[in-house]
Amino acid sequence: MSQRQITFEILRYDPETETEPRFQAYCVPCEEEWVVLDALNYIKDTLDGTLNYRWSCHMAVCGSCGMMINGEPMLSCKAFIRDLPAGTIKVEPLYHFPIERDLVVVLDDFMDKLESVKPYVIPKKQRPIEDGPYKQTPKQLHQYQQYSMCINCLLCYAACPQYGLTPEFIGPAALALTHRYNLDSRDKGRRQRQEVVATHEGVWECSFVGACSEVCPKDVDPAGAIQQMKIASTADWYLEHLMPWRRS
Amino acid sequence: MAKSNKPIVWGLFAAGGTVCAFVIPVMILITGVLLPLGLFGPPEASYESMTRIVSNPVVKIVLFGILFLALWHAAHRLRITVHDFGIRNDQLVARAVYGFAGLFSLIALVTLLSF
Ligand code: SF4
Ligand code: FES
Repeated sequence: MSQRQITFEILRYDPETETEPRFQAYCVPCEEEWVVLDALNYIKDTLDGTLNYRWSCHMAVCGSCGMMINGEPMLSCKAFIRDLPAGTIKVEPLYHFPIERDLVVVLDDFMDKLESVKPYVIPKKQRPIEDGPYKQTPKQLHQYQQYSMCINCLLCYAACPQYGLTPEFIGPAALALTHRYNLDSRDKGRRQRQEVVATHEGVWECSFVGACSEVCPKDVDPAGAIQQMKIASTADWYLEHLMPWRRS
Repeated sequence: MAKSNKPIVWGLFAAGGTVCAFVIPVMILITGVLLPLGLFGPPEASYESMTRIVSNPVVKIVLFGILFLALWHAAHRLRITVHDFGIRNDQLVARAVYGFAGLFSLIALVTLLSF
């Protein structure tokens, strides 16, 4: 196994005691098969125990280790060091979110937005347990499966220039999940979700830059979901305004 | 939060995008390449036949639809691009670009009606 000495420039910030973030450099002996998260763990274990960052699964499942690596939003457990350009590796917390401590960001804004779109199955009528489960064909599952792969890593929010410019924007992942439930054959909650989706802060803030779909580690394609919802919302708008009697 | 009225402008933008993608290349091919190459006969004769085609009211309506949607699409695209560059004066930009699209749609209309 070949080892390489690599310098990591890591953003450090404690909003309670410091006025401004700063970069701290660490020299790490990296193994060939390491990802950036391995280097962070090495720093935490042997060089500097005060470094803060989130992680859990180390296998691109939990979605907690997202950070900016050389300015790109990535899962640090999926970012192989050998795939990055040679030289210093810069690590920062996800853009567009307030910093809680070092590489840890405050997620409250996203959580509130996610809640606002009711990301759960809203059946037409609650069935009693005796009636058994809601059944679904593989085809019906396929309708929304892609959008259900989201791990809430928020790389898409860090990549989205619109979210950066307009923090009120509901944003890619929450909208992709909205679409996921709207497409679910067991769900009848689309009308309720439209109250958020069809607003200015909903799909209409999106200008289809497409960066969200590019950085998504799970191929969710939030940009595609948002465009599909724009089409559906446009159809709704014309129906509501040209045929108002249809509104029940 | 109130529902947005963006579907009015976006619906036209989406329709314009479809038109631009499918129809405009064909129109450029016919008027910009095939016609000058003489595929529809010598240029003088083809001018005659073209004006005859354009004087058909149905063709006028279709052509106006294509031109209007393409102009609207371009205007909206420009508005968004300006927004993406961080220029926040959206209302002013919107008025300018849609005004431009409206003006040129009017010119297209007047021109079409003159045939
Ligand atoms: S849509 Fe993709 S990038 Fe965005 S939070 Fe979900 S998994 Fe992450
Ligand atoms: S540690 Fe779980 S996604 Fe990276």
